[in-house]
Amino acid sequence: MKDDGINRREFLKGAVAGSAVATTAAVGLTSAPAEAQQKPAAPANPGYSFLSLDEAAFVEAVVDHMVPADQYSPKGTDLGINIFIDRALGGGWGKGDRMYMQGPWKQGHPNQGYQLPLRPAELYRAGIAATNAYCKKTYSKSFDQLPAEQKQEVLVGLQGNKIKFDSGLPANTFFSQMYQTVMEGMFADPIYGGNRNKAGWKMIGFPGVVAVHAQNIEKFRDKKFTAEPLSISDLS
Amino acid sequence: MATKLPEVDAVVVGLGWTGGILAKELTQAGLKVVALERGPLRTPGSDYALPGVRDELRFVHRHDLMQNTARDTLTVRNNIKQEALPMRRLGSFLPGEGVGGSAIHWSGGTWRWTDMEFKIRSHYEERYGKNFIPADMTIQDWGITYAELEPYYDRFEKTAGVSGKAGNLRGKIQAGGNPFEAPRQNEYPMPPLKPILAAEMFNAATKNLGYHPFPRPNANASRAYTNPDGSRFGACQYCGYCQRFGCEANAKGSPHITVIPIAMANPNFELRPHAWVTRVLKDSTGKRVTGVLYTNVLNGEEYEQPANMVLLCAYAINNVHLMLLSGIGQPYDPVSQKGVIGKNYSYQNGVNARLFFEDKNFNPFMAAGGSSDLIDDFNADWNFDRGPVGALGGYNISAGFNTALPIGYRPVPPGTPAWGTQWKAATAKWYQTAMGINSSGSVMSNRYNYFDLDPTYKNAFGLPLMRMTFDYPENERKMGQHAADTVNAIAKAMNPTRMAPATSRSSWTVVPYQSTHNTGGTIMGTNPGNSAVNKYLQSWDCHNLFVVGANVFPHNAAYQPTGLVGALSYWTADAIKNRYLKNPTQLVSA
Repeated sequence: MKDDGINRREFLKGAVAGSAVATTAAVGLTSAPAEAQQKPAAPANPGYSFLSLDEAAFVEAVVDHMVPADQYSPKGTDLGINIFIDRALGGGWGKGDRMYMQGPWKQGHPNQGYQLPLRPAELYRAGIAATNAYCKKTYSKSFDQLPAEQKQEVLVGLQGNKIKFDSGLPANTFFSQMYQTVMEGMFADPIYGGNRNKAGWKMIGFPGVVAVHAQNIEKFRDKKFTAEPLSISDLS
Repeated sequence: MATKLPEVDAVVVGLGWTGGILAKELTQAGLKVVALERGPLRTPGSDYALPGVRDELRFVHRHDLMQNTARDTLTVRNNIKQEALPMRRLGSFLPGEGVGGSAIHWSGGTWRWTDMEFKIRSHYEERYGKNFIPADMTIQDWGITYAELEPYYDRFEKTAGVSGKAGNLRGKIQAGGNPFEAPRQNEYPMPPLKPILAAEMFNAATKNLGYHPFPRPNANASRAYTNPDGSRFGACQYCGYCQRFGCEANAKGSPHITVIPIAMANPNFELRPHAWVTRVLKDSTGKRVTGVLYTNVLNGEEYEQPANMVLLCAYAINNVHLMLLSGIGQPYDPVSQKGVIGKNYSYQNGVNARLFFEDKNFNPFMAAGGSSDLIDDFNADWNFDRGPVGALGGYNISAGFNTALPIGYRPVPPGTPAWGTQWKAATAKWYQTAMGINSSGSVMSNRYNYFDLDPTYKNAFGLPLMRMTFDYPENERKMGQHAADTVNAIAKAMNPTRMAPATSRSSWTVVPYQSTHNTGGTIMGTNPGNSAVNKYLQSWDCHNLFVVGANVFPHNAAYQPTGLVGALSYWTADAIKNRYLKNPTQLVSA
């Protein structure tokens, strides 16, 4: 397990020497590993607008654990899923622009849906802090510093609500939202910063922004449709 | 203090299918009509255009065309003992907002509801006896007949450009159509959409089992089409982005490419978007409405729009909300069972199975909104004996694809991990090789499923939110189990490599998405004691108020509601033009 998360984070925290150095170092540290078949063409990390360095390290560790580099796709950060998440949290959705946010606040029955007094970005921030606090208490390390087996243990614990946060934040509510954003970052149109090089779409054979299938629908009946996927920016 | 505007002949509240049809019909009859729409006016050539319209994140997951719950939502609960809490973001259902309404993002499913629904109580009592109907089931005959509506169904099918195959043409059963449909005078305006593999496999398997499969009747134009009003449709391109999207090919039958532009070209018509109606106003007698109060949401200013006639044409739930906010009619109370406004809220039931075929390739991304085949054997066939099921109503079953986009649709067999290489391997393997079989089931109205105003939570205008109290009664759980058993038997007969079987829903939850087919609340009926409106959708309380939408359905069937909603809009327009304008009073004596 490479721990480039800490290296980069520690480096950036102390990186006051000049942008040229920082850029060189960042590119070196985030280049695709040998086993990934598709190398990212764009800079791997265009910078964060919402996440702090600690939060970024957490998100990078999560997306690389959930989406590892293998024969199916490059790893999560090489797909830009971390960047997708950063942009989503900093944007209207993260700020809860369409959420009803008036009290009183009660948890109610699960059938009544989401009832926390937190907007998505606030939930994310609180969830990362709580998960890291749990990891430090349990393993004496932040999440991004854990070996793969312990990362897995923590994620499974969050998903199944087996982990109880001291803060009272429901772990699986945080997990569900985080999981949803990882999937969105892998499969949304690349205009949002994730799914870089359409690698998520290539993995499943989704053709993206195809204008017409009226002919294809008969021609490719029970046959694989093998076209280079198109994104919105390819057609803009 | 609201600014009082000059009086018009009619004000239309909400401009989707119902408002669009009424605005077109009444302006053509010479009436001055103002439409107040709470959302924006989008232009198809810009807002539903390539490539931006092909954005799953924006339209499916961020709800770009839908009601904004920050401004107005509902509170929800399963029963009257619970405290209702706000639906803080959309989930189970997705009302549209803006000119065109939910008919921008619908898939186009268009059905003819028949006397099986309109005479539901008398039919069941006749066949199974009075005791077969549970005491808390509040179904009732509607007071309207299929024969009355047949020409209006025909008109709506032609307006909306429905593709399909007749199953019963003037009493003669037609091969390839739905043999259980009621007799129709005319074929569908267009032949069915091109079949896809999943639907063909389902068709063959169900035929083999003795059922009667047919292609879904759907408002997706199977070829270029000009409707009787001269509105032009492009041929459907099977782009795979139908439900929750505007159609850039103008192939989906929607009001913004048909009735609304015709109304807008008429000098008798004025559209005011961003106009949020907060109240219907009554005169001192309470027998007449005098107009509506609305807020221009661009600047917060309040206006009174006086009108000789008010037509509530908002989303079904919002029509009922406006009636309650305006104090028209007596609110329904489930304990005393007095009052009618809010009564008989219903929803739909559903189950689905997932089938995985190692040797197939379905291309789930090549599909129209209506790319599926169905069987109606457990719904419209009165020979389906409900006795052994111990439940009323029914369900249809379908298979095919509609908007199988990868953020939301990534089928993997049960037991697959949710992340990591194994998850990726399964996702890559099964995305194109899995298909679903789905059922859509009726929900009989029940004494305890209803709407009223929430005592605690308010919307952005300081008005009480609507409170929805709903759960699936025992009747629906039994019928849901029957549907799951049937679906699983069909799935097994198709011999998939792997299968995730269908299970019946137990209780209703506000997440995830299920169906935007919310019905009831201001139901139609034969007298003011059992209903809010008469068969012409005219308020029993105020004769110059018409409440148009699925809110008038006394119960919910297995079919999508829009075919009936469209037919009722034309039916109401005719009643207003031909009868009400000549003698403005109650069209049915109470």
